Amino acid sequence: MAEHYVKVYTRFNRLWHWSQVVSIMLLFFTGARLLGLHQLIPFGLAVMVHTVVALALLLLWAFATFWLFTTGGWRQFIPRLQGMVKVARYYAFGVFKGEEHPYHKTYERRHNPLQAAAYFALKMALFPAIWISGLAYLSYGFWDGADVQALWLTLVANIHVLAAFAIAAFVVIHIYLLTIGHGFREHVQPMITGYDKVELTPEAEAYLGQKGLLKD
Amino acid sequence: MKHTVLWRSAIFVAGCAVAGAVQAQDAPVATDATPAPPVAQSTPLQSTPAPTMPVNRAPARMSDPVMELTADHSKFAILKGPFASGPEVTAACLSCHTEAGNQVMHSVHWTWDYENPATGQRLGKAHELNAFCGNVASNEVRCTSCHVGYGWDDVRHPAPEDPTRVDCLVCHDTSGQYAKQDNLAGNPPLDPVKEGSKTITGAKATAVDLVKAAMSVGEPSRENCGNCHFYGGGGDNVKHGDLSSALFDPPRSVDVHMSKDGANFTCEACHVSDKHVLAGSRYNTDVAEAHAEMMKPGADRTTANCTSCHTDEPHKGPNPLIAMKLNDHTDRVACQSCHIPEFARGGVATKTYWDWSTAGKTKDGKAYSEEEFVQSDGKHLHTYLTIKGDFKWGENVVPYYAWSNGVMTYTLPEEVIDPTEVVEINKIGGEPGAPDARIFPFKQMVGKQAYDQERNVLLYNHVYGPGDGSALWSYYDWEKSLKAGMDYVGLPYSGKFGFVDTHMYWPITHMVAPKEDALRCESCHAQDGRLANVAGIYMPGAGIGIGGKLGLVVFLMAAMGVAGHGLLRLVGGKKGGRHG
Repeated sequence: MAEHYVKVYTRFNRLWHWSQVVSIMLLFFTGARLLGLHQLIPFGLAVMVHTVVALALLLLWAFATFWLFTTGGWRQFIPRLQGMVKVARYYAFGVFKGEEHPYHKTYERRHNPLQAAAYFALKMALFPAIWISGLAYLSYGFWDGADVQALWLTLVANIHVLAAFAIAAFVVIHIYLLTIGHGFREHVQPMITGYDKVELTPEAEAYLGQKGLLKD
Repeated sequence: MKHTVLWRSAIFVAGCAVAGAVQAQDAPVATDATPAPPVAQSTPLQSTPAPTMPVNRAPARMSDPVMELTADHSKFAILKGPFASGPEVTAACLSCHTEAGNQVMHSVHWTWDYENPATGQRLGKAHELNAFCGNVASNEVRCTSCHVGYGWDDVRHPAPEDPTRVDCLVCHDTSGQYAKQDNLAGNPPLDPVKEGSKTITGAKATAVDLVKAAMSVGEPSRENCGNCHFYGGGGDNVKHGDLSSALFDPPRSVDVHMSKDGANFTCEACHVSDKHVLAGSRYNTDVAEAHAEMMKPGADRTTANCTSCHTDEPHKGPNPLIAMKLNDHTDRVACQSCHIPEFARGGVATKTYWDWSTAGKTKDGKAYSEEEFVQSDGKHLHTYLTIKGDFKWGENVVPYYAWSNGVMTYTLPEEVIDPTEVVEINKIGGEPGAPDARIFPFKQMVGKQAYDQERNVLLYNHVYGPGDGSALWSYYDWEKSLKAGMDYVGLPYSGKFGFVDTHMYWPITHMVAPKEDALRCESCHAQDGRLANVAGIYMPGAGIGIGGKLGLVVFLMAAMGVAGHGLLRLVGGKKGGRHG
């Protein structure tokens, strides 16, 4: 087995990722304004940007979900226990001693088990929590007649904010982990160029080479 | 009186007959029945004047300008007087408008008596107590100077059942010189006017010309309404806060509806009338109208609220998303809450505080006053009067906001109060979030008022009555004033009085600002925003709740975890492991 630069992130994949980055940052910024954490822009503008960006992001997610299921990309995100302990132990101890990362990326599994579990939680719990509560929040005008004391709205809003902070926590850890291993630049690079160093079997190498997905 | 009516009717009939005869002589071509011959067309109608007539009493003809109303009252002989009193003018009016007096006598303007269908309470000026001068009873000729009638000098009994005692002119005079004197139970100043007399607006009283007034009658203008309603509480804007002399000719920034540069509405554009009863009530306010589409102008004669014209989805753009969000508010927030950002705008302050307990102080045995409040136009307003006590004023006042279904419940005379608490002279009805309630702006009037320390009831005060030996404003003696007030209405009084803190609420609905001056989102969507004390709402932007706090903990734990992890790596001198 040898390492090669393989095109692991297609154009859509990268577009998806960076659109998410931009929209989630905008949502954090405007959401914080709506929460009253800063007053850098008017409230009304924040409402508008937050709403439009959120709807655009939902559209993107709809496309991404379709894309994941038609390309089989969804398999990347299925969590598994195998190797989980090793990775966890590495982040807890090994990394401080300069050990090597126990996980080796393959073409079929870009993520280590811990990473996969985190993405799975993000996609299956946090994202649905944020968009379901967000849509409920946005459509308040249609159901507020049944919410006389605004108790449900309070619940919905609190879930939305809690989920948002949890996603923010994810983002912090996500960015921090980029600094572990090869370093920040090397980790960001593949999401820009699409190519990452991956171990390939000779068969895979031959197949991917034929498809023009190898850089070297 | 009856003779007068008959006599005037006779004059009127005679006048009409003469006018008809003159017309027949001077204008032979203008008879409706005969088709005009071609020759007649060549004769210009302008060439058939009636120079002999001092007043043109003839019906208008094609050559005359088309008038707004179907009757030009200056053409009625019966209105040429002479009139010795207000009732004589009314008698002349009633000779044609036979039912008008009876209609007026069935309005709150006349009865000062209102049974609130929502609470069953008997309200109206004749019965309730307020946080200003307190009560009408025993102070009639002063208080009833604004009554829509003549000579109601005892409100313990209903206003006189006599249609000629209705004051038609106060609402219908357009000559501008008709006024009511401030202490004649509704009568106008007539010759000879007593030296120093004032009208109800505080202006120097001069004898009114009743003939001029009678011949000028027309539809009520804002001057007619304003001369009473802008001066409620005894002075300009004293009582309401959103009704002041600024509304006679307001700039657009003060009132979009009434400004000449805006819609130029009269009061009646919104306060539509039916049988001389006008829409709109501060006892039972129409705060939530669910059937806006049925309330177009002219379609319904019983409503006076914003949605009648604007619907409950009034925001259209320019940004449809924001418009939709704003429209989402209308089932909770009254239009007035955002669109009347402040009341007492336009340069006329309103009284916000009245402490009766300090009334009666004298200097060298004489009444005195202090004028510490400076209005924006530089005018000094009284902050202490021996006759009335201490005052505070406010200009451009931020309203008090509360859920309201429009139903006000009053603390009536003889209702037992708790003097250790603030007594609400009127309680604002409505449950938070209820479909019939909205968050509505109010003027909160803060006061200290006399109460019976043994019986724990509010007391009637006798304030006006020069020469009677007991009126507070003449003798500065609370003992005598309160005893006289309670005696007058026939209620028991222990003789021991104190002063209790009171609040009274006045709905704010006039002085609608131009849309560019409406409240911004931030006015409420902020920490300690305008609705911070209003229950039953979730206010985004007012700070983080439990979800936000929990979330913040999660976020901070992550951030600290990352920081700690990074620090340990730095201390260990390792950038981190490497992949194989």
